[in-house]
Amino acid sequence: MSHEDSHKDHAKEHQHSHGHPHPQQPDSEDEPYSHEQVMATALEELLSDKGLIAAGDMSSALDYWASKTPADGARLVARCWTDPAFAQRVGENVNAAAAELDMDIGTTPVVAITNTPDLHNVLVCTLCSCYPIGLLGESPGWYKSRAYRSRVVSEPRVVLAEFGTQISDETEVRVHDSTADLRYIVIPMRPEGTEELSEGELAEIVTRDCMIGTALAKGLEE
Amino acid sequence: MSRFKKGDTVHVRTDYPQGHARAPYFTRGHQGHIEQITGPYPNAEELAYGRRGAQEPLYRVRFRQQALWPSYQGSPHDTLVADLYEHWLNPGDRS
Amino acid sequence: MGGLEAGPVDLTEAAYAPWQKRVKALALLLIRGDKAQMNVDELRRGIEDLAPEDYERLGYYERWTRSIADILTEKGLFTAEELTVKMAEVEKRWQEQGPK
Repeated sequence: MSHEDSHKDHAKEHQHSHGHPHPQQPDSEDEPYSHEQVMATALEELLSDKGLIAAGDMSSALDYWASKTPADGARLVARCWTDPAFAQRVGENVNAAAAELDMDIGTTPVVAITNTPDLHNVLVCTLCSCYPIGLLGESPGWYKSRAYRSRVVSEPRVVLAEFGTQISDETEVRVHDSTADLRYIVIPMRPEGTEELSEGELAEIVTRDCMIGTALAKGLEE
Repeated sequence: MSRFKKGDTVHVRTDYPQGHARAPYFTRGHQGHIEQITGPYPNAEELAYGRRGAQEPLYRVRFRQQALWPSYQGSPHDTLVADLYEHWLNPGDRS
Repeated sequence: MGGLEAGPVDLTEAAYAPWQKRVKALALLLIRGDKAQMNVDELRRGIEDLAPEDYERLGYYERWTRSIADILTEKGLFTAEELTVKMAEVEKRWQEQGPK
């Protein structure tokens, strides 16, 4: 079940618990709000009343999240593909290597795991949904879903097939469960036929999913 | 100082303690190899209750998928790496 | 939840709702901000401590909301009563004016 589905289910249940639907709100989506949405706003206001968050704090935190996208991860991968010395530094310390590209990915240590013809890596966090936000931005809904987190550890090839990704049985599929203090990024293999592409063009073929490991990087013509 | 080194065989404790536990269920009772030593980091199981958390090594432990899941259908080459704090690990059998 | 049975992965790419983004931003402030009040491990523990039926029923950021409320109450930053009063105020305002 995705969190969006369960949100709808809950909204329905909320209506029933009150015995009446909430009035339609022209400025919001058609769904009525949930108990927890009310709680979230109340938390913000209560913390603000108590001086624990300041007026501008929320907007700067929202701006921070909005500024984080997979484009930074893609730029890092493209540089790895074109600069073997940089790739080696990424292997040693992703946070420091990202700083060379003027990216601030935060202090949580990120570990790069590199795909090879013999090894395909895929990421999950079964305990929560840890994710390299500094390099990839907000994680997709499916990464947070019970289905992905439950199944990718025990049947990774079946889950990868649902993403349209087939890995040869000769290649080791390695699942990384990041449940503690480290975050991961997969450095995908550079596709064949991309020798002529510039670093900027290469960054465009590096998708979010191939840095999670649920997809392979594909050339422009495919 | 870390108790284990890269390549060591380790056994994940078969424990189901009260409260917040940071070792995935499916690794408990299983044997794997130290892939990488990281940290030290404060014990997240202590931090989860607002306590300071003693510093301890965090290991990346590699397991064979066929060992974790008796009916594993993928390739025999397939593996899983989980991040485990030192207190979850005991020395494994030589293999 | 690793290894539990579950259906196919729903690959729908849905944008996050504004309220979900605000919960995430609030969590960032409370965990990483200048006036941090909690840590990410407490957030996780608060999610695990939800009653199983609540865990199943709630969406991802609804669980976060509940966890933040529980942890901050536990720390004594406010009382459960204060939160209830504030929620009633918010709900009344939304019924009159719509959610902001």
